[in-house]
Amino acid sequence: MTSWFTPLRRLAACLGATTLLAAALPASAVELSFYYPVAVGGPVTKTLDDMAASFEKENPGITIKPVYAGSYQDTIAKVLTAAKGGAAPNVAVLLSTDMFTLIDENVITPFDKVANTPADQEWFKSFYPGFMANSQTGGKTWGIPFQRSTVVMYWNKDLFKEAGLDPNRAPKDWNELVEFGKKLTRRDAAGNVTTWGVQVPSSGFPYWLFQCFTTENGVELMNAAGTETYFDKPAVVDALQYWVDLSRKHAIHPPGVVEWGTTPKDFFERKAAIIWTTTGNLTNIRANAKFDFGVAMLPAGKQPGSPTGGGNFYLFDKNTPEQNAAALKFVKWMTEPKRAAEWAIATGYVAVSPAAWDTPEMKKYVADFPAPIVARDQLKYAVAELSTHENQRVTKALNDGLQAALTGAKTPEAAMKDSQREAERILRSYR
Amino acid sequence: MQHSRFDYWLNSLGAWALGILWVLPLLYAVWSAFHPTEYSANFSLSAPLTLDNFRAAWAAAPFPQYFLNTFLLVSSILVGQLVLCTLGAYAFARFPFPGSNVVFGLVLVQLLVMPDIVIVENYRSLHWLGMSDSIAAMALPYMASAFGIFLLRQTFKSLPRELEEAARIEGCGPLGVLWRVYVPLAKPTYVAYALVSVSYHWNNFLWPLIVSNSVNTRPLTVGLAVFSGTDQGIDWAIINAATLFAAAPLLIAFLLFQRQFVQSFLRAGIR
Amino acid sequence: MSKQLNPSRRMNITYGWLLLLPSALLLVAFTHYPALATFWHSAFSTPKGIRPARFIGFDQYRAMADDPVFWTALVNNLWYAAGTIVPAIALAMLMALWVNGKLAGRGFLRLAFFTPTVLPMIAVANIWLFFYTPGYGLLDQIRGVFGLSAHNWLGSPDTVLWCLMFVSVWKDAGFFMIFYLAALQQMPPELREAAELEGANRWQVFRRVTFPLLMPTTLFVFVNAVVNAFRLVDHIVVMTRGGPDNASNLLLYYIYETGFKFWDSGYAAALTVVLLLILALVALLQFTVLERRTHYQ
Repeated sequence: MTSWFTPLRRLAACLGATTLLAAALPASAVELSFYYPVAVGGPVTKTLDDMAASFEKENPGITIKPVYAGSYQDTIAKVLTAAKGGAAPNVAVLLSTDMFTLIDENVITPFDKVANTPADQEWFKSFYPGFMANSQTGGKTWGIPFQRSTVVMYWNKDLFKEAGLDPNRAPKDWNELVEFGKKLTRRDAAGNVTTWGVQVPSSGFPYWLFQCFTTENGVELMNAAGTETYFDKPAVVDALQYWVDLSRKHAIHPPGVVEWGTTPKDFFERKAAIIWTTTGNLTNIRANAKFDFGVAMLPAGKQPGSPTGGGNFYLFDKNTPEQNAAALKFVKWMTEPKRAAEWAIATGYVAVSPAAWDTPEMKKYVADFPAPIVARDQLKYAVAELSTHENQRVTKALNDGLQAALTGAKTPEAAMKDSQREAERILRSYR
Repeated sequence: MQHSRFDYWLNSLGAWALGILWVLPLLYAVWSAFHPTEYSANFSLSAPLTLDNFRAAWAAAPFPQYFLNTFLLVSSILVGQLVLCTLGAYAFARFPFPGSNVVFGLVLVQLLVMPDIVIVENYRSLHWLGMSDSIAAMALPYMASAFGIFLLRQTFKSLPRELEEAARIEGCGPLGVLWRVYVPLAKPTYVAYALVSVSYHWNNFLWPLIVSNSVNTRPLTVGLAVFSGTDQGIDWAIINAATLFAAAPLLIAFLLFQRQFVQSFLRAGIR
Repeated sequence: MSKQLNPSRRMNITYGWLLLLPSALLLVAFTHYPALATFWHSAFSTPKGIRPARFIGFDQYRAMADDPVFWTALVNNLWYAAGTIVPAIALAMLMALWVNGKLAGRGFLRLAFFTPTVLPMIAVANIWLFFYTPGYGLLDQIRGVFGLSAHNWLGSPDTVLWCLMFVSVWKDAGFFMIFYLAALQQMPPELREAAELEGANRWQVFRRVTFPLLMPTTLFVFVNAVVNAFRLVDHIVVMTRGGPDNASNLLLYYIYETGFKFWDSGYAAALTVVLLLILALVALLQFTVLERRTHYQ
C-alpha cells in the first residue's frame, strides 16, 4: 500500500524544485502590441519593423508586436474599435490631433502619470515646442512626437528651367506662386493641360492643406482647448478663395478634388511642376524623381506658415504598470536623438528634437542634402494642426465645405458658413 | 431560323466589344503587375517583364497569414452553412409544423437584411459575447444562410418521397434518411451553393474590416485595403501585384473549373 | 385534405423545430434581434466615456432630418440603386442572350462577362481607381487619343457617382447573366419557334415570349441587385471615401462612418432604421406587386 507513496513523493519533490527554479528565473517578458499608420510612400513598414526588432535586442525582457493598421484614419478607427472591444493596444502612433477624441473616449493615459520624475519633465521639454502644441492639454502631456511634419513645397527644377524661370528660386509669396504657375502650366495643341503649375491635394484630409493657406493669411482655425472653430472668419474665407482661384481664375491648378496619394506620382510624371505635400514624402520623392527638384518653405501670404502634422505616441489606459513602464521605455528609445535622426532620414519626417539634428548621422545627411532643414526651419512659422473634440466629425464638416468650394458646388463663403454651422452644432455640448 | 449575316456580325461585334471592355481591368492589372512601375501609366510593348513587383508586394505585407486567415474564414463559414442549412431545409421540406410558412418567411428576411446592414448592432452583440477580433467572430453571423436554406428546401422538396421508403425499411430514422437519401441526391445544389458561398465570402470586406484588428485574423480583402491605402502614395505596379495575390485563388479556380462552375448553376436550376 | 394523425403532427413539430434550432438561433441573433435592437437604440443618445445613454425619443430622427449629409446620402443611394439595378439586369439579359446564341467565341465571352464576379471588390476598386486617375489614368489616356481633355472623374461631384455605378454594374452583370443563361437554356425552343413562324421579328419574340418567361429570374436577380445596391460600399471605402463633399456618400457608408469613425452609435442606429425601412419597402413591393405579375401557371 505504501508503494504509491514513493512516486508521489518524487512528484512532490519535482514540483518543489520546479517552483524554486521558476522563482529564481527573471520575470516573463512583457509583450506590447503597437499599432501604427503609414501615410507616406516608401518601405516604411519595414523600417519600423526593423526598429522594433533592434529595440527588442537591446531590451530582452520586452517584445514588441507592431501592427500596421493602414492610414491615420484607419488606425484611429482600429484602435478605438479594439479599445471598445476590450482589446486596446498598449502603445500606438496616432494623429496628434486625435488627442481630444482619445481623451473623451477614456482610452489613453497621460505620459505624466507614468513618467513623473524630474528627468522626465526635462524629456518632455526636449522636443520642439511646435510639436508639443498638439500633444499637451489641461497641463498634461498626452502624446509624444514621433513622425511629425510640416507641409513643404517641392518644385521641378527642370520644368522651371524650361519655363524660363530661375531653377533655384522657388516662389516666395502668393503673388509669385500665381506668376510662376502661369509660366509653368503647359498645354498641348488642343488646349488640354499637360502640366499644371501648382498642385495642392484636397482628398482625404483637405483641411490640413487648407491650414497652410489660412496660416499664411494670418488666421487660426480653432482655439487651444478644442472647443471653438472659426471657419467663417473673413480671413479664412479669403484663404479659401485664393485656393479656389488657383484653378478657377488662374487655371494653374487642377480642377476639382486632387488625390493626395497620386500627387507625388503626378510630380514624378511631370504632370505638376510644383506640389505641396508633407515633408514625410521627401525620401520617397528623392528616390523616385528622375529630375532635379527643390524643397522650399511654403510661399508667404501675409506671413509664411504651415500647420504641423503627423503622429504621436500614445499610451493606453488599460496598460498594467509593467506594460506602461515597458511602453515608456519603448517610446523613449524610439524618440532618442539617434533614432529620431534615423527615422527622419529614412522618411523625411522632421526629427522631433533639436538634439536629433545635432547627431553626426543627421549632420552628415544634411551636408549632402539640405532639403530636410526646410521643414524644420518652417517650424518657427508653424501652428498647431486643427484639433477639437469629436475631431473626426468636425474635420469632416470642414473637409466637405472645402471640397464643395473646390469643385465649385458652393462659393467659399457659403461653404465655410455651412462648415462653421455644423462645427458649432457638434461642439456645443463641449463648451 | 434565318438570321441575316449583318445581324450576326452586328451582334458579334457588340458582344466582343463588351467582352473586351469587361475583361480590360483584369488584363491591365496583370500587365501592370508584370512590368516595372514606370510603365504602369505608359503602355509600351517593349517594356521589360519583371517579378519584382510580386516580390515587393509579398514582402510588404504578411500575405501568407492573410491567405491562411481567409482560407480558415471561408471554410468555417462553408462548413457551418452546409450543416445548418441542410438541417433547416430538411425541417421546412419534410416536417411542416404549424406556422412553418411564417417561420420560413422570417428566415427569408435575411436575404435582404444581411449582417452588413445591421453592422453597428452586430458589432455590439459580438462585443457583448466577448468575441471580437477572431475568425469565429467574422464567420458566425453568416453560418445560417437564408439563401442556403431556400435552395436546399427547394431541392429537397422536389425529390419524390418514395425514395425515403427504401431507407426507412432499413430502419433509418429521419436523420438517417437525410444523410442517406437527401444529401447525396442534392449534390448539384450543394456544389452550386458552395461555389457561391466561397466566392462571396472570399471577397467579403466590410464586416471583416470592422471585426478584424490584428494580422492574425485579417483576411485578404482587409489586408489588401490596408496595404493599398492611398495615403501612402500609390505604386500601381505593386498594388496590382498585391491585387492579383488576393484575386488569384478564386480566379484560377474559376478558370480551371469554369465549365463546372457554370454547369452547376444551370443544373441546379436556380429560379 | 385529411387531418394529420397526432403522432405524425407531433413528430413534425419536434423534428421540425429541433432541426431548425441552430439556424434559427443564429438568424435571430444576427438578423432579427439586431434589426429590432436598432429601432430600440435609435431612441437613445450615444454613451460617451462616462456619460451613459439617455432616452431621447425621436431626437436622433430630428437631427437626421436636419442633417444635409444624410439627405445627400439617401438621395445618392436611390439614384445609385436605379443606376445599378436597371443597367445590370438589362446587360445581364443581353449577355445571356448573346452567350446563348450562336456567336463565335461564346466560351471566351462567358468567361469575360463572369470574371469580374470572382474578383474581390476591394481589388477591383484599386484597378478602377487607376483607370479614373486624371491625366495618365487609362480613361483619360483613351480620351487623349481622341483629343478630349483630361477629366477629374472621381474628384468632380457630377461624375463620381456615375463612375461608381459603372464599377458596380461591371461587377454584377456577369453574375446575373448566369441566372438568365440557366433560364434561357431551360426555355423550350418551341415557343420561340412558334412565334417566329407567325412572322414575329426578333424584337417582338423577345418582348412577347422571352422576356415574360424570364420574369421569375428577373425577380430573383432584382432582389439580389437591390440588396447589393445598398450593401456593397467596398469601392467607396477605397476610391472616394464618400467625397467629394459627400457626392459619393451612400447610406451604408455613412452608417459605417457614423458608427466606426465618429462612434456615434445612437445616430448610426437611426440611420440604420432608415435603411431597414427602405429594404422592407422593397420586400413589400416584391412580394405583393411583382410576385403577382410574374407567375401565371
